[in-house]
Amino acid sequence: MQAITSIWFILALCFQLIATAGFIVFIVRQQKWVFRISYWILAAGFGFHTIFLGLRYYALGVAPVLDLKSALSFFSWSIIGVYLVIQSRFKLRVLGSFVAPLAAFFMTISSAVPVTETPVKPIFKSLWLTLHVGTVFVGDALLAISCLAAIMYLIQERQIKRKRFDTFYARLPSLATLDNINYYAILYGFPFLTLGMIVGSIYAHFALGVYWQWDPKEVWSLICWLLYAALIHERLAVGWQGRKAAIMSIVCFSVLIFSFLGVSLLMGGYHSFGNMGGR
Amino acid sequence: MPKIINIGMNHETAPVELRECLAVEAQNVHKALGLMRDLDVVREGFFLSTCNRVETLIVAEEVQEAKRAVVSLLSKIGSIPVNDFSPFLYTYQNMDAVTHIFKVASSLDSMVIGEPQILGQIKDAYLQSTRTKMSGVILNRLMHKAFHVAKRVRSETDICGAAVSISYAAVELARKIFHELEGKRVLLIGAGEMAELAARHLLTNGVSSMTVLNRTFERAVEVAERFRANPVSFDEMEEQLLKADIVLTSTAAKAYVITHAMIKKVLRKRRNRPLFLIDIAVPRDVEPKVNKLNNVYLYDIDDLNGVIEINKAQRLEEAVKAQRIVNEEVVKFEKWLKTLAVVPTIVSLREKAEAIILNEFGKSRSVLEQLSPQHQKGVEVLVRSIVEKMLNDPILFLKGKAGRSTLNEYLDTTRKLFSLDEGEESSGTNSITGNKPS
Repeated sequence: MQAITSIWFILALCFQLIATAGFIVFIVRQQKWVFRISYWILAAGFGFHTIFLGLRYYALGVAPVLDLKSALSFFSWSIIGVYLVIQSRFKLRVLGSFVAPLAAFFMTISSAVPVTETPVKPIFKSLWLTLHVGTVFVGDALLAISCLAAIMYLIQERQIKRKRFDTFYARLPSLATLDNINYYAILYGFPFLTLGMIVGSIYAHFALGVYWQWDPKEVWSLICWLLYAALIHERLAVGWQGRKAAIMSIVCFSVLIFSFLGVSLLMGGYHSFGNMGGR
Repeated sequence: MPKIINIGMNHETAPVELRECLAVEAQNVHKALGLMRDLDVVREGFFLSTCNRVETLIVAEEVQEAKRAVVSLLSKIGSIPVNDFSPFLYTYQNMDAVTHIFKVASSLDSMVIGEPQILGQIKDAYLQSTRTKMSGVILNRLMHKAFHVAKRVRSETDICGAAVSISYAAVELARKIFHELEGKRVLLIGAGEMAELAARHLLTNGVSSMTVLNRTFERAVEVAERFRANPVSFDEMEEQLLKADIVLTSTAAKAYVITHAMIKKVLRKRRNRPLFLIDIAVPRDVEPKVNKLNNVYLYDIDDLNGVIEINKAQRLEEAVKAQRIVNEEVVKFEKWLKTLAVVPTIVSLREKAEAIILNEFGKSRSVLEQLSPQHQKGVEVLVRSIVEKMLNDPILFLKGKAGRSTLNEYLDTTRKLFSLDEGEESSGTNSITGNKPS
C-alpha cells in the first residue's frame, strides 16, 4: 500500500514541478501553447494527487492531514484545486505563474519531510475532522490566492506609480482586476475559514468535551480570523482598496501561515503534529 | 526582361513643403495614373501619395527613359520644375524596389514605425491602379505580396504593440488601472489640442461620460458641444473631482489648479476609488506630490513622453525581426519573377509533360509488358509524338511573343493553365485571394 501511494505522490510532485517550470517559461515568453500545456500538466498532477489522497484516506480512515508531511501536501492540493476552479471562471493566464510555484513549494517541502507511520488514534477517525480540515483548507487556499493577487497588485502598482515599466508591466493584468481577485478570494475564503473553525469546535466538543480551550493553534487562528474580519470590514465600510488592502491581506496570510505551520511545530498543544500520533 | 522601378520621396529625404506640393488629392491619383498610362515606356504603374511620402512604382523595359518620364510626370503633377525636387528623390530598381515597397507596406519605413494607416493607404492606391487598368501581372503579384508581408509582420512581431503617442499612451495606462473604460467618467479641465485629442481617444475607447470644466463657462460650453459633454463652471471643481475617474488637465494657469490638499480631501469621500490624473499642461496644473497618495496616479507630459520613448525603442527592436520577414519574402518574390521568362517556362512545360509520360507508362507497365519489344517501342513513339504536337503550338506562340509588352500576361497564363507553379506556389495563390484589398 505504502509503495503504491508514494508512486502517486511522486507523480503528483513531478507534474507540479514540470507545470511550474512551464508557467515560468510562459510568463517570460508569453506563448499561449506553453500556458495550455502547463495548465493540463498541472491538472493531471492534481488528478494524481487526488488519487494519492483518496488512497490515503481509505487506508487511514480519516483525511490525511495528521502529520506535517500530509498537511503540506493537502494544502498544496487545495491551492491547486481552488486555482483550477478560479481559472475556469476568470481565464487569467498569468495567475498560474504565481499559484503553481507556491503549490510546488509546499509540495517539495512535504516530499522532503520523512514519512512517519504512526497508527491513527480512534478519536481522529471521525467525519467531523475531515469536515473541519476540508473547509479550513479550502478557505486557506482561497486566502493564499488572495495573497498572491495582492503581491501581483503591489508589483503592478509600483510600476505605474514609479513610471518605470519592466517586463512585468505588460504581463500583469490591470490594477482593478488584481484588486477584484484579492477581494473576492477573501470574500469567499473567509466564510470557509469561519465554517472550518465552527466545525472544529463542535468536533472538539464531541471529542474532548469542550468547545474552546485556548490551545495555541486556536488562539492564533482567532487572531487571524479577526484580522481578516477587520480587512473585510474596512473594505466594505470604509472602502479600502488597492495598496492598503493588498498589504493587509499579505500580513493576514503571513499570520495564517504561522498559525498553520509555526504554531503546530513550535508551540505544542493538541493541534501540534508532534502530539497527533503520540498521546 | 522588364524592370521594377520605384521612385519616391519620404519624410526623411524631402522637406514638408515639397511633399505638400506632391501630396495630391485622391482624385489626382487618378490623374497621375492617367498620365502614366499615356507614357509608352510604362507598362504597369502604381501611385501612392500620403502626407509623409510619395511613391511611384512602375514596370518598364527602358529603365533610363522610364525614370525620366516619371520624374517629369511628378513635376507636372506638383507644378514644380524638375531641378527643384530631383535631389530629394530616391530611386530603387528591381529587388531593391521590392524590398522598399514591402517595408513601406509593413510600416517599417514610416515616421512612426508600426503605425497602421499606411497599409490602408497602399490598398486604396492599388485599387485605383487596378481600376485604371495600370496594374498587370507583376504589380498585381507584388502588391498582394506586400499586403501579405504586412500581415505577417503585424502578426509575427510586436511592432504595433505599445502606444507611441500621448493620447494612446494615456488610454493604455487607463486600461492598466481600470481594466475597462466602460462606465468611467472623464473630467476635462481647460482645453488644448492635445488634451482634446486624448479626450477623444478615451471616448472612442468606451468612456461613458465626460464633463468639461473651464475658468470661463462660455468656453466650457463651447468645448463641451464638440464632445457632447456637460459643461460646468470652475466652482464645481471639488464636486467634479468626487465623480471623476480620469482627469485630463491642460490649462494655461501659472499656479497649480489641483493641489495635494484638494485631492486628499476628496479621497475619503470617493471611498478610495482609483483616480487617474493626466496633466498635459506646461507649467503643470497638478501638484506632483499628488502621485504619492494611495490609489491616485498622476502622469504629466514628461512622464507620458518617457513611456512613449520606451515603447519606441521596443518597436525598433521588433523592426529587426520584421526586416527578416521582409528579406524572406523578397527572396520568394525574386524566384517567382525569374520564372516570368520564356525559356524557364518552356523548360518547365517540357518537364511537366515528361513527368506525365513517365507516370502513365508506369501505371500501364503490366499491360505493356505483354507486348513484343517492337510494339512497346511503337507505343512510346506514338505517345511522345502526340505530346510533342500538343506542346508545339503553345511553345511557338510563347517564343513569338518574346520581347513584346504582353509577354508577361501570356507567361503567367501559361503557368496557370498548366499549373507549372504547383507545390510551393499553391500557398502563394491562396494568399493572393486571401489578401484582396477591401
